[in-house]
Amino acid sequence: MSEKAIHVEEHRDDEASKLGMWLFIFTELLLFGGLFLVYSIFRAQYPTAFHQSSLELSVTIGAINTVILLFSSMTIAMALTAIQKNDQKRALIFIGITLFCAAAFLVNKYFEWGHKIEHGLYPGSALMPLLDRGHLLYFSLYFFMTGLHALHIIIGMTLLIVCLFKVKSKNINDHDYVLLENGALYWHLVDLIWIFLFPLMYLIS
Amino acid sequence: MTNETVTTEYVSYLDHKGKYKGIFAWIFATDHKRIGLLYMYAIMTFFFIGALLGLMMKIEMLAPGETIMKPQTYNGVFTLHGILMIFMVVIPGLSAVFGNFFLPIMIGAKDVAFPKLNRFSWWIFIAGSIMAVASQLMKDGPPDTGWTFYAPYSSTTGTNVIMATAAAFVLGFSSILTGLNFIVTIHQMRAPGMKFFNMPLFPWALYATAWIQLLATPIIGITLLMLIAERLFGIGFFDPNLGGDPLLFQHLFWIYSHPAVYVMILPAMGVITEIIPTFCQRQIYGYKAVAISSLAIAGVGFLVWGHHMYTSGMSEQARWFFSLLTFIVAVPSAIKVFNWISTMYKGSIDVKPPFLYAISFIFLFIIGGTTGLLLGSVATNVQVHDTSFVVAHFHYIIFGGMGFAFFAAIHYWLPKMYGRMYNFKMAYIAWGINFVGFNLLYFPQFIIGIEGMPRRYFDYPPQFQPMQIISSIGGFILISGLILMVYNLVQGVRKGEPAPANPWKGSTLEWQIPSPPSLENFDEEPVIKENPYDYK
Repeated sequence: MSEKAIHVEEHRDDEASKLGMWLFIFTELLLFGGLFLVYSIFRAQYPTAFHQSSLELSVTIGAINTVILLFSSMTIAMALTAIQKNDQKRALIFIGITLFCAAAFLVNKYFEWGHKIEHGLYPGSALMPLLDRGHLLYFSLYFFMTGLHALHIIIGMTLLIVCLFKVKSKNINDHDYVLLENGALYWHLVDLIWIFLFPLMYLIS
Repeated sequence: MTNETVTTEYVSYLDHKGKYKGIFAWIFATDHKRIGLLYMYAIMTFFFIGALLGLMMKIEMLAPGETIMKPQTYNGVFTLHGILMIFMVVIPGLSAVFGNFFLPIMIGAKDVAFPKLNRFSWWIFIAGSIMAVASQLMKDGPPDTGWTFYAPYSSTTGTNVIMATAAAFVLGFSSILTGLNFIVTIHQMRAPGMKFFNMPLFPWALYATAWIQLLATPIIGITLLMLIAERLFGIGFFDPNLGGDPLLFQHLFWIYSHPAVYVMILPAMGVITEIIPTFCQRQIYGYKAVAISSLAIAGVGFLVWGHHMYTSGMSEQARWFFSLLTFIVAVPSAIKVFNWISTMYKGSIDVKPPFLYAISFIFLFIIGGTTGLLLGSVATNVQVHDTSFVVAHFHYIIFGGMGFAFFAAIHYWLPKMYGRMYNFKMAYIAWGINFVGFNLLYFPQFIIGIEGMPRRYFDYPPQFQPMQIISSIGGFILISGLILMVYNLVQGVRKGEPAPANPWKGSTLEWQIPSPPSLENFDEEPVIKENPYDYK
């Protein structure tokens, strides 16, 4: 019995977990904040070059990706509601749809990048040093910012895959769903950053 | 049967048997106290490597021209000295060691909010440290950019800059997670009845620090990522040849690295604020002023980065603006100094080793702080920019400030951490050697700095030699004092007298539990006093 007295309890505090996630989201926003700062400085210096370069991007693909991400934000929110109502099956379906959207986003991104690379518009290509500074910086920023965002999509997907398995094994259930809630928060962040990237990169022309 | 359930046996956290055995009981520990000790061992090791590198530079500076190393080696040595000392010693230093160990205890909690995350930040701290060391050993040679990694040199030099910056990135991530953990801990884990203004002032300082860690570190993260991308893929953000702007790097770098100075010094101030009331047996003067000045320093500290760049090319308006803000940030620091000294007034002062380190902190911090104002005003800065005056200034703040506060903390809390006491006599002697050695080492650098000795130079004209020699002698004295101090502490831990629970008659919560604490710190609910410094 005395063993039990010094047994370490598992402390669980959902408020703390959520607060922690929000703070982490701040840091992610600041990470991108640094890039937005660099973007705004260079765009103020080379407005015309940024305008011309953004004509190279396909607004259609960008818009499709925006819709995909917004939709996936909705489905992950629905997954959370489903688990709160103890509907495991629906939750699994909605997480699955979210993951599918994420993959579709990456596929689109792949074609978009591939298109640019075909035209020699990528950092380190033979063409890039021939461009003037404004164009060069625009495409550098384009690849860096969308690349870092794509990396966050992958991180978010990993988190959601973990959630998927935990929902399946009932480790995430209607009493303990803070992990899914945090995963959804993270997914909304990834979505939010794209909401800023899309106009800054595609719609400024 | 019933009797057994009531008696909770006291087992100290050092003897507690968990799931893992032997060394794994430490590597996989989630106990904040064990993690704090692990940080301490690692940080002390890095500190001694860094100090030895510093000593090598001092030997090199004994005479003009080449003494013991080639110029390129010298560049590598000061770079590694900077990276080790800044990213692996002083930035994590107090908050990772004493913050981890004492923050939960001082607010009446059993652990930090996320123990596993805490363990994870310790692991990536070690991973980052290994990367930093690896950058020295890999085939392209040690980085030679200085710890500041200024572009475009850092994006064009052939040395291992990528590895070193990646190390700084990983270490920064560890710092963010520690800060995040502390903020949530302070918000969620305070014992029932402990409001924000019932907390001791070390947690307050850690709280302000944690916000800086959280909000400033991502900026250096993205900056270093950009630098890495520039080197790997030729994405030109900073190198003018690729279309970039090197000044932008300096701005982004200092947006983090100036607040980082407060990550170093704020917990140090917190430690001093704990020690002075204890050894004066007196209520801290101006509790709220000290608590809020921590937040003020953290807040204003975000807005002063430009004072590192007066000579880099900034508009006149920007320069006086940054200069004004720099003077403003000195105000809350001065409030603290004023309050420490006022606390001593009419106190019954007991000069024990922690208190000696604490008052020498105040002395050195005043010198470092006032020379900081000299550097903060544009006119004088242009004269002494990038001279050894700057080197002396920041060593007075970082080593004289944070370093001495670390020593004060270790002398103050060691009996609580290990349940044993060190030898006082030897501690006094070591303190004397450290204090004399420190001032001999760094004060001459103020003088030759004003006369024009540049920093980071491996050679100098002969008229600086007398001062350089004094400085080098100081270096030797200081390192012998440090060795004596650590020897004394290690002996104390190994076979010192058993320490009582409250050897200094302190009033904060950590002194109300046994030494060393049990695994969950409080076997009974702690009694929360409205005033943490309730003397008399």
